[in-house]
Amino acid sequence: MNQPPALHVEDLTVAFDSRPALWDVDLSVPEGVLMAVVGPNGAGKTTLIRAALDLIPRAAGSVRIFGEPVARARGLTGYVPQRGSVDWDFPTTVQDVVMMGLYGRLGWLRRPGAAERTRTRQALEQIGIADLATRQISQLSGGQQQRTFLARALVQDARLYFMDEPFAAVDAITERAIVALLQELRARGRTVVVVHHDLQSVPDYFDQVTLLNVEVIASGPTAEVYSEDNLRRTFGGRVAGIARLTEEALP
Amino acid sequence: MSLAGGRNWRTVAALLALSLAVIPLSLALGNIRVDYTLVTVAAGGAVLGIVCGVLGSFAVLRQQSLLGDALSHAALPGVALAFLLAGRELGWLLLGAGIASWLGVLLINSLVRRTRLKQDAAMGVVLAAFFALGITLLTYIQSRNDASQAGLDQFIFGQAAAIRRQDVVLISALGLAAFLVLIALWKEFKLITFDPAFAQANGFPLRLLDVTLSTLIVIAIVLGLQLAGVVLMVGLLIAPAVAARQWTRQLDQMLVLAGIFGGLAGAGGAIFSGLQQGLPTGPLIIVVAVAIVALSIALAPERGLLWRAWRQRRDRQRFAAQQVLQDIHRHATQHQDPRYPAPGGMLVALRGPLARPALRQLQREGLLQAGADDDWTLSERGLERAQAAARNQLLWERYRQFGEELGLPAVTVDPQQPIDRLLPAAALARLETLD
Repeated sequence: MNQPPALHVEDLTVAFDSRPALWDVDLSVPEGVLMAVVGPNGAGKTTLIRAALDLIPRAAGSVRIFGEPVARARGLTGYVPQRGSVDWDFPTTVQDVVMMGLYGRLGWLRRPGAAERTRTRQALEQIGIADLATRQISQLSGGQQQRTFLARALVQDARLYFMDEPFAAVDAITERAIVALLQELRARGRTVVVVHHDLQSVPDYFDQVTLLNVEVIASGPTAEVYSEDNLRRTFGGRVAGIARLTEEALP
Repeated sequence: MSLAGGRNWRTVAALLALSLAVIPLSLALGNIRVDYTLVTVAAGGAVLGIVCGVLGSFAVLRQQSLLGDALSHAALPGVALAFLLAGRELGWLLLGAGIASWLGVLLINSLVRRTRLKQDAAMGVVLAAFFALGITLLTYIQSRNDASQAGLDQFIFGQAAAIRRQDVVLISALGLAAFLVLIALWKEFKLITFDPAFAQANGFPLRLLDVTLSTLIVIAIVLGLQLAGVVLMVGLLIAPAVAARQWTRQLDQMLVLAGIFGGLAGAGGAIFSGLQQGLPTGPLIIVVAVAIVALSIALAPERGLLWRAWRQRRDRQRFAAQQVLQDIHRHATQHQDPRYPAPGGMLVALRGPLARPALRQLQREGLLQAGADDDWTLSERGLERAQAAARNQLLWERYRQFGEELGLPAVTVDPQQPIDRLLPAAALARLETLD
């Protein structure tokens, strides 16, 4: 009963040039749920992920992953950064990129071998891009790039995944593939925190949601916290049709 | 696609053979007498070029091409200070250069991290500051009328004639050490170059790896100073990598090729400058390197300008031919006679000026027969081809719509590919029977 949550964030504050990007964030993600993080542009969604993974310095606060400090939990986390964060003209192939997900496990001086190639092939098959294995990454469409990143996260075989806008600008087929993957991960007891932008699909895809606008407006089971009132407090009056949206989307 | 790797290694081997052939050829054509000095100078240039080409590839891929420029300029005050403190001993001068350049790395990194300066601005500031200091010190040294300072200014533009055999040995030994580090940390360097945030999230010490890689680049710079000079050193780091990128789609091949091109440029430039007293080596090395870049940008398969123009033309023609074949087939189907002729004028009106060459090509391939009055009939093979294309189109369309519902294997939708080759027979049968 006393299992530590997958992710526990306490009093987290991150500042850029003395302007807070995240202010006093408390957040707890139980193991085995799919959680969406939604909020307007500049709300600190990406910053939250990057701070949780210790990629940027914190001004205050603490992050625990399965009760451990982040540095000790590297093997437990998987990461899907935003697609636009890398140079897709880098001279390498899809299977090479996917294999990078295994580098952390390999450790110093060891090179990927047969076992790693098998893991890579399985992940490519699972995510439906086995036919692209030897494709140069500069020749991929946006959806294919996203799937490559997801396959790379998959081989990490993590217990807690962070995904930054995986649904951004992908076609319907890729979106369905991502949803299927999320459900599969949940079925295997994994925890996934997803930065999401499509308010409409939140109740369909996610068990839990965090509404973020520099501060946490609300966080918890989607059915309880994904209300018109909370959305309005998160986005201000700027989202036309919030009322209609929540009426339709919520039971 | 699986053959691409093999084909590219053959390209690498062919370019290596070509590079090796160029040197004796130019020696013969230029009627150059091969002597001990020339061999030393050429060997030094080649080794240096190889080291710089390989390590410079990472600078190019990390979009830090100008880091090399900042770091080589930053080496100059180190050379001058080492001379003032220890006298004109090459080992000390290079050590001074290395330390100054390395301080430049740390300074640029911390400026980017601690201030709001962007990387390019930080590099510009460090470059200017160190170079100004270096020139000031050099001018002061020269004004002292001290005979031992003669030739110190070779560090600005490089001078191959000054290179001795023990220098070549030193360059080779340090270059080899740098390569060993590179091989040991291969996957880490690859990862931090492609996706530094992911590397960090996987627990790799990003900053340490970053500094290690920069240190290797500093070593290459320090080795090259004597030969290429601080001003043009960046060219030897960047140009071979840029040229190599044109020819390959794999990181390991790119590094090997950059080494080959760098070696060619280094040896070539050093030989040319050794022909006569007073020819600066740095500029000549860069002239050769840039010539290789120009050739690569023009000629390389896939990324080269000529290749792309040719492929675009070929694709347009092939596409037009496909469409014209379909047009004739559709026209014939509408008239319920597979051999019903289509008038050429109609096809041109439909597809534009490309229709004429397309018709000629289809005729050459025996897919069409020309009638007397500019009308065109499908041949037996043409009919088969058109029907197969129509079926392919239809199956792709069905796969796109229903493939997931039917639980068919996921492949990338590409109607230009024959679907038979991508999907198993059972899956095709299900698509065929759909209605």
